Amino acid sequence: MAKQNQNTMSRALARRETIAAYLFLLPSLIFFLGFVVIPMVICIFTSLTSSNMNASAASGFVGLANFIRLAGDATFIDALINTFVIVLVSVPTVCAFSLWVSSVIYQMNGPTLSLFRCIFYLPVVTGSVAVTVVWKWMYDNYVGVFNYVLTHVGLIERNINWLGDEKYALWCIILILFTTSVGQPIVLYVSALGNVDQSLVEAAEVDGANSMQVFWKIKWPQMMPTTLYILVITTINSFQCFALIQLLTSGGSGTNTVMYYIYYTAFKLTEQAGHFGYANAMGVVLAIFIGLLSAVQFKLAKEK
Amino acid sequence: MKLRKTLAAVLAAAMLLGLAACGSNPAPSTSTPAPSTSTPAPSTSTPAPAGATEITLWTYPVGNWQFESDVKVLTDAFTAETGIKVNVEYLAYADGDDKVNAAITAKQTPDLILEGPQRLVTNWGVNGHMVDLSDLFDDTDKAEIAPYALNACIAPTGEIYEYPLVMTAHCMAVNLNAFKEAGADQYLDLDTHTWSTEDFFNAVAALDAQYGQTVGAVYCVGQGGDQGTRALVNNLYGGTFVNEDHTGYTWDDPKNIQALQKLHDTMGIAFDASIAGGDEIKLFYQGILKMAFCWNIQQQLNPNSANTGEGLTMHGDEIAFMAFPTDDGNPQLCGGVWGFGIFNNGDQARIDASKQFIKYMCDSAHTADAVRTANFFAVRDTAEGADLTQIWSDQPLMAEYSKLIPMLGEYYEDVPGWAQARNSWWNMLQKIGAGEDIASTVSTYMAEANAAAAG
Amino acid sequence: MKSGVQHKSIYRVLSVILLVILAFLFVFPLYWIVTGAFKTTQEINSVTPVWFPSTWTLDNFTRLFSRRTAPLFPMGPVGPAAIRWLVNTVFMAVAAMVLTCITASMAGYALAKKRFRGRAILFGLIVCAMALPKQVILIPLIREISALGLYDNIWAVIFPTVGWPFGVFLMKQFSESIPGEILEAARIDGANEARTFATIVVPMVKPGIGALAIFTFINSWNDYFMQLIMLSSNNNYTISLGISTLQAETSVDTGMLMAGAALAAAPIIIIFLIFQKYFTQGITMGAVKG
Repeated sequence: MAKQNQNTMSRALARRETIAAYLFLLPSLIFFLGFVVIPMVICIFTSLTSSNMNASAASGFVGLANFIRLAGDATFIDALINTFVIVLVSVPTVCAFSLWVSSVIYQMNGPTLSLFRCIFYLPVVTGSVAVTVVWKWMYDNYVGVFNYVLTHVGLIERNINWLGDEKYALWCIILILFTTSVGQPIVLYVSALGNVDQSLVEAAEVDGANSMQVFWKIKWPQMMPTTLYILVITTINSFQCFALIQLLTSGGSGTNTVMYYIYYTAFKLTEQAGHFGYANAMGVVLAIFIGLLSAVQFKLAKEK
Repeated sequence: MKLRKTLAAVLAAAMLLGLAACGSNPAPSTSTPAPSTSTPAPSTSTPAPAGATEITLWTYPVGNWQFESDVKVLTDAFTAETGIKVNVEYLAYADGDDKVNAAITAKQTPDLILEGPQRLVTNWGVNGHMVDLSDLFDDTDKAEIAPYALNACIAPTGEIYEYPLVMTAHCMAVNLNAFKEAGADQYLDLDTHTWSTEDFFNAVAALDAQYGQTVGAVYCVGQGGDQGTRALVNNLYGGTFVNEDHTGYTWDDPKNIQALQKLHDTMGIAFDASIAGGDEIKLFYQGILKMAFCWNIQQQLNPNSANTGEGLTMHGDEIAFMAFPTDDGNPQLCGGVWGFGIFNNGDQARIDASKQFIKYMCDSAHTADAVRTANFFAVRDTAEGADLTQIWSDQPLMAEYSKLIPMLGEYYEDVPGWAQARNSWWNMLQKIGAGEDIASTVSTYMAEANAAAAG
Repeated sequence: MKSGVQHKSIYRVLSVILLVILAFLFVFPLYWIVTGAFKTTQEINSVTPVWFPSTWTLDNFTRLFSRRTAPLFPMGPVGPAAIRWLVNTVFMAVAAMVLTCITASMAGYALAKKRFRGRAILFGLIVCAMALPKQVILIPLIREISALGLYDNIWAVIFPTVGWPFGVFLMKQFSESIPGEILEAARIDGANEARTFATIVVPMVKPGIGALAIFTFINSWNDYFMQLIMLSSNNNYTISLGISTLQAETSVDTGMLMAGAALAAAPIIIIFLIFQKYFTQGITMGAVKG
């Protein structure tokens, strides 16, 4: 009897807990479902149709036709490769670079430390469009400051067309993305290094470990949560490179990304302008890849 | 600490201000099916009194129609006469199409748009987004409007989706001071504004010897100003771009391939995938490039829209406009036509008001002002009895430039698949610039355009 | 041992030198914006870069301000459109920040401290959606916004920003650190859920809310893409969108563009410098939890 009572009690409690939880979640869920999940669901459905902006074109269910066409679309494949090149290059370099900067500056005195921290944070707060506008000028083939400096110190002979040359354009964009990404990781690593348990470090030093050993054996494992968090935010950040592509190269010179190609397919005046089904199919493919990437990251996080 | 508090207060104030302001916006739009959210906020909160209409015009940068100060004079005069209020938004060639297409997707298109038939007719018109303006053209109008301009505005199925206002011939320009310095001015005929292909390459060689950097750029970051690169390539050895009955593309013409090869191999000419037509004009204006392929009378009157003097670069060098070089002495220039179209948004009152606007700007005593603002030639000599031949009588340059008008080639931007063709063209130029085999690159990209033309 | 110490100090000196060089490179774009904004047309178009303006001019700002006009706020007096863009942007960023902080702190608490059905699925969904670029849902979103009558309205940019689940994720990580005993004690004392949240949870996750506030503010300020597709009229532009439009219209007037870029960057940099300390504390504590 008593046990049964307790059971109903806990069930009632569980229900109360669930209701409370959903009430707390409600405001957030309205926005999350309304402006992320529902559009995503519509996106998946639309990707199976030939839905089109133009009234003149037929729109109906086409099954996987859009996806089959995507598989044979060389532009899309290039864009997909570029997207992952950007992410796979920028994420590790941002992490490594910010770790190095932090390890150099974290023992400096207060004002110097915050000066450096500020400097590396500046590109983040300058704003993506302002940053893009100035970099475009700096990269300029004819009047850019890079070409001027490099030709005058004799490193290059004729001007390099940074954004107009397939050999350089993607790397130029990754460089800008890099400068706007390292700010936060540096702040995070500096404090993570400051929070390392000093007694462990001292103990290791007494045992004769050199600084490299101390770093990798003692400090690095303690900074693991920070590193994972940095991986997550840098990955997110790398997928948000739309403004750079749109404003600098319009997807030309081998810098197309899936993010830009979706926009291009939907809104540029090409023969397939407004082919929503096709554009959404690209979105679905990208979402699948990102989902996998996130899953891997969080699996790693759990294991640590 | 104090500073932070002050700042928080400022932020809060800004927030309140915005709330009060923007609060007035969503409220009406949820209660009514959002009549015209694309109009500025003040208007949405007050319902327009009966009889008065409000329309929105989006304009591409056609001459001074890109400047608020100039356009406002015209629209204010229109409002004073008709009581119709006009809200104007300004588009750029770089992303204007995207904005219009986004608006179409959101079903919030503007009422009026000012651009050329390659967009208004071939794209939005044919795809069912525009209103047929046939009822605005009576027989007098059809007789008055230059056939070149009128034909460009008619869709293959007979509807007229654009009311033409102005036209011009696109040409190229040279920096006369630089040409003189390099001894290349001997190749220019400044009286007829023509030159031969051989003269052109000799001039480039002389300039390259003098300056040792790129003197002319085949720009190809996007489609902006592509009429210049097309005309250059087609004219050099007399190649064609489309077939005679305007059903497909023929730019794999060996003469074009010869031209592309020659341009590619010429020192001083660079295929530049980092700039578009507008950037080229800027570089020319700055005196960096010594010639521009994206030129017309509007640029000649006010180079780079910088208001630093007619026919002069930033440093005061003299600019001469030239037809594209040919080896048979018979240049085929690309023309440009600009005019108004109306988006079909289902509101008859606004469509009628828009038609009134078109009539006012394109076919009335006020047309002269609208044309002058566009810095191009009128498409007609008279409009409802008003004489338009004297619009530019105070402007000798216009008379000089009109020497190029007879060189206008056939209007070919009405070929099906035109939008794809433009894209294929600049993508192709990028690949050629990157060093890929010219003949095969040309045929790959032309096949893309022809596939689109075939539907 | 001695050579080890020597190595170490050489490494240190080289690192610091490299760092100083890099610091210059990181500051340079901003320096170039600011000086560019005040250079004369001649100097800014000069093929040989002018490293420091010989005369400082306000011409670029004059051109920027006279190019477009707009009511400074709805129904307000007409002024330079760039100022209106700034007003819009500040409103947008602040509204997104406030809404995100409220909704995310509540949701984060529920996800961290409540056991309920659907929790795992919801969290999985949030994690997957976090890295999703908005371009993926571009078309459905623009149609939905239009159906809601919000197209070309600043709220069309704010709502999707609030919907982005990173804030919930961040606040969940913060809320994990709240000891369960304290919540239990509050319940035994008879405090209801709302009261517990307001008096116990919020004070404990305050640094997290601070971090999230700044993060959302900057993010919303920089979210150029949403602004690009959702806003179509001059009066509703944000400063980023306004500047990119100017760049599209006149890539030719570099001076004016730099003036615009300076105007766009100035407010947020000032805010950053003032809140700097608070800021670095905030994100730090969130991350240490991982």
